[in-house]
Amino acid sequence: MPARTTLRILSAGAGVTLQDGGRHGFLRYGITPAGPMDPLAHASANRALENRLDATAVEVSLGGVSLTSEGKPVDIALAGGALRVDLDGRPLLCAAALTLRPGACLTVRAGETGAWATLAVAGRIAAPPVLGSTATHTRSGLGGLDGRALCAGDALPVDEPRAAIGDPVRLRMPWMHRPPQTIRVILGPQEDYFEACVIANFLAGPWRVGARGDRMACFLEGPVLRARHHDIVSDGVAMGAIQVPGAGQPLVLMADRQPTGGYPKIATVIGADLGRLAQAQPGTILRFSAVGIAEAVAARRAEAIALASEIAREPIVRTQFSSEFLLGTNLIDGVFG
Amino acid sequence: MQTDHGLHTDGVRFRDAGETALVVEFGCSVDPVLNARVLALDQALSERAIPGLRETVPTYRSLMIHYDPLVLDRADLCRIVSECIATAPASARSGHLWTLPCCYDPACAEDLDAVAAWAGLSASRVAERHGAAAYRVYMYGFAPGFAYLGGLPDDLAIARRQTPRPPHPANAILIGGGLAAVATFPMPTGWFVIGRTPERLYSETRSQTFLIEPGDSLRFEAIDAATFAALDARAVEGEPVARRSS
Repeated sequence: MPARTTLRILSAGAGVTLQDGGRHGFLRYGITPAGPMDPLAHASANRALENRLDATAVEVSLGGVSLTSEGKPVDIALAGGALRVDLDGRPLLCAAALTLRPGACLTVRAGETGAWATLAVAGRIAAPPVLGSTATHTRSGLGGLDGRALCAGDALPVDEPRAAIGDPVRLRMPWMHRPPQTIRVILGPQEDYFEACVIANFLAGPWRVGARGDRMACFLEGPVLRARHHDIVSDGVAMGAIQVPGAGQPLVLMADRQPTGGYPKIATVIGADLGRLAQAQPGTILRFSAVGIAEAVAARRAEAIALASEIAREPIVRTQFSSEFLLGTNLIDGVFG
Repeated sequence: MQTDHGLHTDGVRFRDAGETALVVEFGCSVDPVLNARVLALDQALSERAIPGLRETVPTYRSLMIHYDPLVLDRADLCRIVSECIATAPASARSGHLWTLPCCYDPACAEDLDAVAAWAGLSASRVAERHGAAAYRVYMYGFAPGFAYLGGLPDDLAIARRQTPRPPHPANAILIGGGLAAVATFPMPTGWFVIGRTPERLYSETRSQTFLIEPGDSLRFEAIDAATFAALDARAVEGEPVARRSS
């Protein structure tokens, strides 16, 4: 019997999890959807392999991951922030795809920018769905592998693996270029809990991304925002909701947010900029810009159009690396020529 | 019809939570009449198969509607919601009445003495008061199977803790901030643990994953530690141990 194709985790930092498009339909029972921090990266990595856009993938945090394949070769694709990627010590750009051969070691580590990368697999990562989804929500212990983050030694069986790419290729995804300096928001749902001057301060910023963020929330440091009342009767919380607790420093609720909450929400990050915000490393300085529903919907439509087209692959040549990258990785041989 | 401020003529307010969620707000208090209107709208929307409507989240006083704006235009959604509000009855289906076994023994009720000291009552009197009340299940939130209940007697309306206590056991019965709750998953909490039910409001291994719906009514039935252990063993096997009487 041929060995089953398996991704083997050799090492994993904190916060590396399995995610799919999210556990939807159960918010009304208190179930957090989870799902990708950077939905566009998740969809793009899957698109590059012609998977369903919401297929199960490994979400890599700044903690990094190192993995290999066992059994048969399998194609993988990476998209997301500019994390450092190498295959057996040879550096690749993050937006890359390749055939991972048994024994080869792929490593993803924190880089200069970006905070998350999606590692998609050509085939189906066989994790048991919970309420129809494999998305990991560690706080409630649902999904993924036993509801927890991945760790060294974990085996991820891959059903129906495909291997066609061969040597690493660069994926052309211009829509993944998303500088984090301006994040678009729609004001509300509780913008009337804030005086006009407070909303002006919120939009003026600047905001610094705090160090204590995780999949649940992105903490922001900047001008103190005071609401007229700092408690509301709990209502629903969307991903991207910018909640202002009593101390006046806002936080943006992300994929692992609680389904409902009791703080006023001054604004909500538009869907197309959720990943842009998620990719902002601690210390990043950013501002918010208020837009209308029409602009948010247009941005969403543009993403959908980008994801509908085939993703071009280019052979990796050395000249595509910036001098900064070359210095950072001591790349001296011509392995990608 | 809507004004510029999103205010519907009958006091219903439309609020945007980004381009993919609309909050229909009936008021801003914990009130069974408001909650009934929320649930009536929820039911009316669920009876129309609306393309692009993803899911709804009923809360005390508002309904959050998650939608796909590439399929369902906001203006069309607002129009449909307005129609539903205009034609829906003031309340949804009458909810079921559940009796939930609850053990108030000290081992299950770590904070009962603290509540008793605050209320100036004996621990057994607190349990009696809690157990005698009728509750409304307003909503779920916070965590899987975390049900917010209204109907706590006023003399048990202790404020929530300033700082959370360590995680409570599974299936804890909580009070705090004038409300009661049933918490399926162990979590750190600002509420007070005054009992424990052998029932699981959420169990992915049971055929009926979620037992109790928002809008249902609930009362507690005091059980001793031996009964708790026996019912807990049955609940582990996937048998519902709460009783539905209507």
